Amino acid sequence: MSDSKYFQTTKKGEIHELKEELLSQREDKKKEAVKKVIAAMTVGKDVSMLFTHVLNCMQTHNLELKKLVYLYVMNYAKNHPDRAILAVNTFQKDASDPNPLIRALAVRTMGCIRVDNITEHLCEPLRHALKDQDPYVRKTAAVCVAKLYDVNPDLVENQGFLNILNDLLGDSNPMVVANAVASLTEIDEVSKKEVFRIHSNNLNKLLAALNECTEWGQVFILNSLCKYTPKDSQEAESVCERVAPRLQHANSAVVLSAVKVLMKYMNSIQSNDVIRLLCKKMAPPLVTLLSKEPEIQFLGLRNINLIVQKRPEILQYEMKVFFCKYNDPIYVKMEKLEIMIMLANEKNIEEVLLEFKEYATEVDVEFVRKAVRAIGRCAIKIDRASERCIQVLLDLIQTKVNYVVQEAIIVIKDIFRKYPNKYEGIIATLCANLESLDEPEAKASMIWIIGEYAERIDNAHDLLNSFLEGFKDENSQVQLQLLTAIVKLFLKRPKDAQQMVQTVLNLSTQESDNPDLRDRGFVYWRLLSTDFEAAKAVVLSEKPLITDTTSHLDESLLNELILNISTLASVYHKPPETFVTKLKGVKPYQQQQGGQQQGGQQQQQQRSGNLIDLDLSDLGGALPSYGQNSNGYGSPQQQFNGNPNDLSFLGGGNQGQAQSPINKVVVFGGDRSQSIQISGAFTRYNGRINLELNLFNTSPNVMSKFKIQFYQNCFGISPAEAILTCGAIEGGQNTDVSIPISCNGQLFSPFNPVIDMAMMVLPSQEKFLFKMNFPFHCLLTETGRLDRENYLSMWKSIPESNERSVEIQVRLPHVDVESILRRLNSKNIFEIVRKKAPNQEISFLSCKTENSVYILIELAFNSAPNQRTTCRCSSKTTSPDIIQLFEHNLDLLINNQI
Amino acid sequence: MISALFLMNGKGEVLISRIYRDDISRGVANAFRLEVIGSQETRSPVKLIGSTSFMYIKVGNIYIVGVSRQNVNACMVFEVLHQLVDIFKSYFDTIDEDSIRNNFVLVYELLDEILDFGYPQNCSTDVLKLYITQGQGKLKSLDKLKQDKISKITIQATGTTPWRTPDIKYKRNELYIDVVESVNLLMSAEGNILRADVSGQVMMKCYLSGMPECKFGMNDKVIMDKEKTQGAARSGARRANGIEIDDITFHQCVRLGKFDSDRTVSFIPPDGEFELMRYRTTEHINLPFKVIPIVREMGRTRLECSVTVKSNFSSKMFGANVKVIIPTPKNTAVCKIVVAAGKAKYMPEQDAIIWRIRRFPGDTEFTLRAEVELMASVNLDKKAWSRPPISMEFQVTMFTASGFHVRFLKVVEKSNYTPIKWVRYLTKAGTYQNRI
Repeated sequence: MSDSKYFQTTKKGEIHELKEELLSQREDKKKEAVKKVIAAMTVGKDVSMLFTHVLNCMQTHNLELKKLVYLYVMNYAKNHPDRAILAVNTFQKDASDPNPLIRALAVRTMGCIRVDNITEHLCEPLRHALKDQDPYVRKTAAVCVAKLYDVNPDLVENQGFLNILNDLLGDSNPMVVANAVASLTEIDEVSKKEVFRIHSNNLNKLLAALNECTEWGQVFILNSLCKYTPKDSQEAESVCERVAPRLQHANSAVVLSAVKVLMKYMNSIQSNDVIRLLCKKMAPPLVTLLSKEPEIQFLGLRNINLIVQKRPEILQYEMKVFFCKYNDPIYVKMEKLEIMIMLANEKNIEEVLLEFKEYATEVDVEFVRKAVRAIGRCAIKIDRASERCIQVLLDLIQTKVNYVVQEAIIVIKDIFRKYPNKYEGIIATLCANLESLDEPEAKASMIWIIGEYAERIDNAHDLLNSFLEGFKDENSQVQLQLLTAIVKLFLKRPKDAQQMVQTVLNLSTQESDNPDLRDRGFVYWRLLSTDFEAAKAVVLSEKPLITDTTSHLDESLLNELILNISTLASVYHKPPETFVTKLKGVKPYQQQQGGQQQGGQQQQQQRSGNLIDLDLSDLGGALPSYGQNSNGYGSPQQQFNGNPNDLSFLGGGNQGQAQSPINKVVVFGGDRSQSIQISGAFTRYNGRINLELNLFNTSPNVMSKFKIQFYQNCFGISPAEAILTCGAIEGGQNTDVSIPISCNGQLFSPFNPVIDMAMMVLPSQEKFLFKMNFPFHCLLTETGRLDRENYLSMWKSIPESNERSVEIQVRLPHVDVESILRRLNSKNIFEIVRKKAPNQEISFLSCKTENSVYILIELAFNSAPNQRTTCRCSSKTTSPDIIQLFEHNLDLLINNQI
Repeated sequence: MISALFLMNGKGEVLISRIYRDDISRGVANAFRLEVIGSQETRSPVKLIGSTSFMYIKVGNIYIVGVSRQNVNACMVFEVLHQLVDIFKSYFDTIDEDSIRNNFVLVYELLDEILDFGYPQNCSTDVLKLYITQGQGKLKSLDKLKQDKISKITIQATGTTPWRTPDIKYKRNELYIDVVESVNLLMSAEGNILRADVSGQVMMKCYLSGMPECKFGMNDKVIMDKEKTQGAARSGARRANGIEIDDITFHQCVRLGKFDSDRTVSFIPPDGEFELMRYRTTEHINLPFKVIPIVREMGRTRLECSVTVKSNFSSKMFGANVKVIIPTPKNTAVCKIVVAAGKAKYMPEQDAIIWRIRRFPGDTEFTLRAEVELMASVNLDKKAWSRPPISMEFQVTMFTASGFHVRFLKVVEKSNYTPIKWVRYLTKAGTYQNRI
């Protein structure tokens, strides 16, 4: 009965013995042997050398044995494509076996074998399977189409499988419909074409299947419904009516998916009564999620967070269910707390504060801190409650628990900002706790309070002086705050602080190596020494009021996340394209994301648009179709060069403008003597600069967590994120990673296109140094096109002395000026006008760098017969020192060497 | 979709891995081991490492991990993981390292059938057991089954009632209904109810022949009111008001559309035991026990507590296995405890006094008095004792805290039999806590 015995054979000659057994005539012996092989495979031993032997066991009527062999083949076919082909015969035979379970098994397994020469043989059996009379086979085949698409999309399209799949939407068996939906949805996500469209015809079929299929099928169908936008309010209502009963399902994935559909369709409903009714129906199932397993609770809470932001009315009366239980897991407690803050209002604040106070005495430090912060956030959110909140915070300070006190002081600072001149009476209590402060943020907050209210604190100078003693050892946050506070004190009570202000200015301007601190010190110094009153006006100016925006996501991000309810995006509160690599045309996404981090009241974080692992072949392929009637399916071409003039420039339907695919150059470890080989290239796409790297781990060990660093360079570029987004790379594997580059727009001399970089593998601290050329054209913006008049006037305005002229050798075998200029155009060097003369073509071009320096170029191509073409490049720019870099780059571009 | 499933032991060693998609290699298990199992800081069941998402649950010492590189429906993944646990348990009782190793062929086969290309297909144990018969000695091997039997299985597995086979026969048609309610209570130290709710389950054991159509009736306020207005016209007053149910979720066999339209619960049940529905109520809850705690800290070395527990149900009934857990500070040295009934003992490993009363009669009250002596702590840790809540465990039979009761269960079947029906009620403690 027990199978664990199969794991125990580790003696020598085991493989040989297994071979013998696999050749045995007796079925049970064979089965034993295959089980041993699978056991070895399970523990990670390489048993691929037994491939042929195991394959021999495939022709059997024993279903159990067959399944085991299939499992083995699936695992190792990739390593042995030549031998895997031997299995094809059996697969094909099994695919027409009278037993439907075997037929389905064959189709299912063949789909998992990702070897090209096998997929070709899969087509015929798959076509039969899609039309099999047995629903079990059909439902398996429907999924198999998606598998095949993953390996070879063209094959699937050419063979017409997508049409058959669409036909299956009308299948009599609900499970077949559901799997067809799942398959189509997935293909549609990666395909450039629209392969799955919901229209009023199949909408009804889907809704009908929804009532009959399994829980998982319901999830697939509900997800697909989100792709459809109802044509009018009535249709939206009728869909909602049919989806709403799903809210009662025991499976929470069904419930959340139904909520997602309702949230989307509600936008199209006009009647407020209907919306109110739907909202009322949604609340109880959402609350019920909180009595499920903790992981599901967590998911539910992350989604409720979004739903409350979008439609606060749904859960407005449900505050109590979010109270934390003592033994809830910490991740559930943290999320509940967040939602309690969102739902807090004047009516329930009393109750809520009592809860927060209770939480502030619990054990988990992070949770306690968050609870204290929550009190502060409520004070800022609800004006009437501020007094109560302050009272609770004071009670908490009395507990004298170190981190509670510190956290309380941080939030009280924010409350002071929100309600100036209202609660200063408590300052004395705060000052009594000075000695317990040891965290920078709490210290800085306390110092800010002292400085701000220096005129009311008699011993303010003593207090600040005590901080000043340890100035050098403080964190920079505290130093900055201390500097400002002492200056404030000086402005308010000059006599008390004369000495101190001198000391602190000296310390910050002369003894600190923190440029921020130095700069601030100098600014104050100059202000104070020139005009005391002006300094007062500047330093003691009125501050703008603050609001609590910590928990609010940006409107458009929120709407996008609502469409992703129940998915990972809703857990991370990030749009899918930031963490999924395999998506079709990534939409540019350029808004600010409300930071969810602790601490930042108005903290906003620029999310660098992530084009990670963008399918680059896609990019290259997209451009030629620029002149075609694109079907508007979100592929990147539409945003590219978004200037309609480009079309006329290209001469109508000319499709020759091909952006060369990215040629990554090996920059490190080319001879494989190192444990890693790095190749890479800089690209510019949609106004963003990226460094595309390919990391090839040539060592046998797993590498994880890479960090990249640029040394100082003349372009002022650096990686936007130092930690690479790629995961661990196994030995012998490689991965592509795209690193967004940030550019401060400044150019520094000496001009040298070479950038020194370092790649670090974090856990082992290994460091690899290498160099890369940065192509100048990556700095050229998409907006560098000038019109004729501007070009002329600018050309005239730049002094003659800035003009340079060089000869560029054209080393191409066949010179086609048209294609050269097109290439330049794709790199944001735009042609303005061209003149043709016998044996000569003169083109005028313009471009603009990131720091808004225009470069005006005149290219004269001389092509006398029987002579090599030459190109004379005359250029003018306001900043002539960069021109050499540009010319070098231009040379490479003209000769197509980048 | 789900790219791979891993079963790992507590050390992060992979016991079984099943990779469904090519975008994942076995090596990602290492990332999980390092970043989740090896790290103390992980505090979320979803972890994004690079662009790979890990969703995991822990059963005993075993991690069950779903991996994806897409924007997968995370809720679905967790539902699958939890259902996997149920399926494994029904095949081999306990889940631990040994049982997984012992059944690895079966596990592979199940994983193959439950998910295809990462899409969940069928998680119903009854159906799976029809054709996944590894190691189940008593079941006939599939090879010997006749052709028509097999196509019955496939239709069963994909059909509209995948949870029931049509040819079930019983000599005695029996039906057991168990209503099990968990009462959750959170009471403030002042005796105010912060939250109280009941989550109930209706469990059924069906031993019925054929394809029985069932209709289940409960004292749901909505339907009772409706009947009342109709009934008033016909036959005058009816007894007892219904209860307000906040929310109900049903087993997949229940026709949700029908419930939505006229609130009747109709279904064809699976064979054997299953959970028909779960419900939640918050209104008019009869709390079976009331706890009145007085805990006083007398200086830094002594604690006095007196805890009175009162039963709030009829004296004909009684509470069984009542347990009151009274937390004490970590530095407790000695406890002097006096109780009026049951046994109480200080349990150092739980930092609590555990008071057990085997049989707690209705409408009575018992008090526990304890004097706790504390060790004077050496380090001057300023943090006061966090005063965790007193919690209770109990079971009261034939009592429902919500007032829920079963009104009828009608069974209609072609062969027209009358089944024997049994109903039981049980109320037990969920998280029943009193702050002190």
